[in-house]
Amino acid sequence: MTPVLEVTDLNVSFGDVLAVRGVGYSVRQGEVLGIVGESGSGKSVTSAAVMGLLPPGAKVTGSVRLHGRELIGARQRELTAFRGKTMSMVFQDPLSALTPVYRVGDQIAEAVRIHQKVTKEQAAVKAVELLDLVGIPNPAERALAFPHEFSGGMRQRAVIAMAIANDPDVIICDEPTTALDVTIQAQVLEVLKKAQRETGAAIVMITHDLGVVAGFADRVLVMYAGRPVEVGDVDDIYYGPRMPYTVGLLSSIPRVDRDGRQPLVPIEGAPPSPAALPPGCPFAPRCPMRVDACDAAEPPLFDVGPAHRAACIRWEEVRPRAAARHAVPVHLGELRPRQDRQVVLEVDGLVKQYPLLRGSVFKRRVGTVHAVAGVSFDVREGETLGLVGESGCGKTTTLMEILELTEPQEGRIVVLGHDTARLGGTDRMAIRRDMQVVFQDPLASLDPRMTVYDILAEPLRAHGRGNPGMRVAELLDLVGLDASHAARYPQEFSGGQRQRIGIARALALEPRLLALDEPVSALDVSIQAGVINLLDALKTELGLSYLFVAHDLAVVRYIADRVAVMYLGRIAEIGQVDAVYGAPAHPYTQALLSAIPLPDPVRERSRRRILLEGDLPSPADPPSGCRFRTRCPKFRAALTDDERALCVTVEPSVRLLDRDQGAACHYAEKLKVT
Amino acid sequence: MTLLTAHRAPSRLRVVAWRFFQSAQGRIGFAVLVLLFLLAFAGPGFSLWSYTDKDFTAFLSPPSAEHWFGTLQTGADVYAVTLRGMRKSLIVGLLAALVSTALAAVVGAFAGYFPGWPDRVLTWGTDLLLVLPAFLVLAVMSPLFGAGQWVLFVIMLALFLWMVTSKIVRGMTISLKQREFIQAARFMGVSPVRIIFRHIIPNLSSLLIVDATLNVSAAILTETSLSYFGFGIQPPDVSFGTLIADGSRTAIYAPWTFWFVAGLLVITVLAVNLIGDALRDAFDPASQRPR
Repeated sequence: MTPVLEVTDLNVSFGDVLAVRGVGYSVRQGEVLGIVGESGSGKSVTSAAVMGLLPPGAKVTGSVRLHGRELIGARQRELTAFRGKTMSMVFQDPLSALTPVYRVGDQIAEAVRIHQKVTKEQAAVKAVELLDLVGIPNPAERALAFPHEFSGGMRQRAVIAMAIANDPDVIICDEPTTALDVTIQAQVLEVLKKAQRETGAAIVMITHDLGVVAGFADRVLVMYAGRPVEVGDVDDIYYGPRMPYTVGLLSSIPRVDRDGRQPLVPIEGAPPSPAALPPGCPFAPRCPMRVDACDAAEPPLFDVGPAHRAACIRWEEVRPRAAARHAVPVHLGELRPRQDRQVVLEVDGLVKQYPLLRGSVFKRRVGTVHAVAGVSFDVREGETLGLVGESGCGKTTTLMEILELTEPQEGRIVVLGHDTARLGGTDRMAIRRDMQVVFQDPLASLDPRMTVYDILAEPLRAHGRGNPGMRVAELLDLVGLDASHAARYPQEFSGGQRQRIGIARALALEPRLLALDEPVSALDVSIQAGVINLLDALKTELGLSYLFVAHDLAVVRYIADRVAVMYLGRIAEIGQVDAVYGAPAHPYTQALLSAIPLPDPVRERSRRRILLEGDLPSPADPPSGCRFRTRCPKFRAALTDDERALCVTVEPSVRLLDRDQGAACHYAEKLKVT
Repeated sequence: MTLLTAHRAPSRLRVVAWRFFQSAQGRIGFAVLVLLFLLAFAGPGFSLWSYTDKDFTAFLSPPSAEHWFGTLQTGADVYAVTLRGMRKSLIVGLLAALVSTALAAVVGAFAGYFPGWPDRVLTWGTDLLLVLPAFLVLAVMSPLFGAGQWVLFVIMLALFLWMVTSKIVRGMTISLKQREFIQAARFMGVSPVRIIFRHIIPNLSSLLIVDATLNVSAAILTETSLSYFGFGIQPPDVSFGTLIADGSRTAIYAPWTFWFVAGLLVITVLAVNLIGDALRDAFDPASQRPR
């Protein structure tokens, strides 16, 4: 079968900088090609070049053939005829891919009318059909809505509807699920699969998430520094990688299905800047298998198996990594049993509500957003509590309430034995010293106008420790940075190094409790592993306790001892990590865990997904009784009407099921999902 | 950069100073300004004439060995009066600019950081000064600016230059306050006043430096126009303003009465702008490091 889309030797340069170097791939009808790479690897530029969407400053050479027709250098009119008809695109950010001032239905109808000779009415009918196809409830009604009235997942569905409107032969998806929560991601991937079945199109799936590709793609292309470094069938790539970079990527991903505390294996260093590539193999400076010959010339793609090519001169010796090279010291068992240890943080029935105001001159309250509605948990000395949930579940609000150290609206927060409702100025200052925070985005949380020295010295000065010089050098050493880095600004560091600076600052005053707000979610996987390992090592070394807020359940499994799953301002399930992940009892936890894609093609294809319907209800108007019942698969399918009545009327509180596992469900039942 | 060790405290002040003097712009601007000050304060010592002297043998004579810059219609030595005027204008201009920008930064940042009554009071005060006709007030108060009262004059000048900038600073502070690094400092236990001076104002430094450089020329020119109308610096004292006002009348047929003053004014403003640009780059870590 001839390929639908064939890209050969594609180069893209911006000025003197080569962003894409010699990319080639082909996709056949009905085939899914996954393009995987970290940020800056040139994967998005490649797809923009294929679509002809690059800015005028970019120089594109090579060949892109769609059904044998050359697209590079084609006239704009020809390209316009192709775009949206034979080849369409799904973008990462569904909000900016839709025009805010037009109704969703009209936008889809427009896409139809551009390429098909149909009347306005026919196009409108087609638009409703398409919305129905992508699983939007009440499509005729929703077609009249504006994009901002749609949730993120619904918008992405609408964008997919637009992409398949003209029955394209190729759909290019540029990180289609990156901006979405896992349960919504599972829904959207399902829709994409359905769209592919309906249209028989080839899909080029660009993503940084190896899990998404594993279950979805037939073939995988791994990109590094603007170049394909390995390409092959999905099973070959995952089970028999021949390029050390692919091996490194695979072993640095935290996996939700692995229990036991195996340390992750980070890839050392950071990806090279496209303006300053190292001589020879671009991965050589970070490669554990580097030999002198690697620096001599950039390796071509060797044929290493049937339809499997890898760019490594030592491909024959490359093996999937079995054991870790850097073992992290694990001092389990040294700790006393949990009930004997001191409670460092106790949250009891915490409530946080925001008023919804209307009107500009005379503000009147039209409702209340119940951001956090009665959350209780405790963190004991030397342990890590992971607070997980999707966006809008109230996990960050909970964290901020704790950090403010003021009296909560309702409930009680006790930090290191002090009730925040009865704190004086000096006590609050003392607690600020013992409780520190690490933020999500290291660039945003470090003052861009301060040198690293000033940043690290700030907490010391604020608490009156004179002469911070020695301590700053110590801190930099502790997080694995060089003392000579102190005179630089945060911008001069890579993402992972910046987060290390953020951690060093938090450790400056030797705190006992560290609040971590998504500390690794802004980092690439290869970097993320290093930071997770560092946090884990510091915890045992310095005897810290962590409150770890994250949306990524896999990361939490690696770092946390106990986990609390939040849904719409309440705790759905709380307990010891292995118990909760091994056999979750709350239907939400089960759905959440089953929605996480695993970087394991065989398991991913055979898994049974518990798909949640619909979106998160608005926290301004939560459902009566159990907050999860509107989306609960158990409520929908497994319960009798009598049993449902209890869910509708009574809000469940966390009930202890096991020694250390509790779920807020009237009908909680353990179920193995991963 | 790598020579700095952690023990020598590579703090912001040190790094900014280092980066400032690394740039050619900064060095040239700084050197020119220092030369101008030297000229203004030491220069008159080299001449036989003081700014109050009148040479009754030479009215409106062109530059010569006797009178380096020529003389005015009154017989006053242009070199002496120009340097005397420069002494006043440099101090008035630079000080007024610094005071007004500092006032704008502090008032704006406090108003933006503390919502509630501090914001309302400060914003109300800013608005009040904004609607008062500055020129009229200065004109009415000008009899006060007699001999030795130039400090008051500087403060009054500055008081009417800061309001617009302060409003911009307030708006930027409100958005900066939401940024994570400010939150991080708060949760670390850094006091609000320290946060304002250590985080908020440095992060607005680009705006403030541009504002200060513009204010230098604005202050010198406001003083010039005031003096032109007879307010401001009063005779027998002179300033750039009074000299340019007088000189422009005779500039056509006696260019030396005008061009030396005008030239020095241009050089001053240029030097200040160079320093401002270099300072802004030195403060801004994202700017290309001069090589």
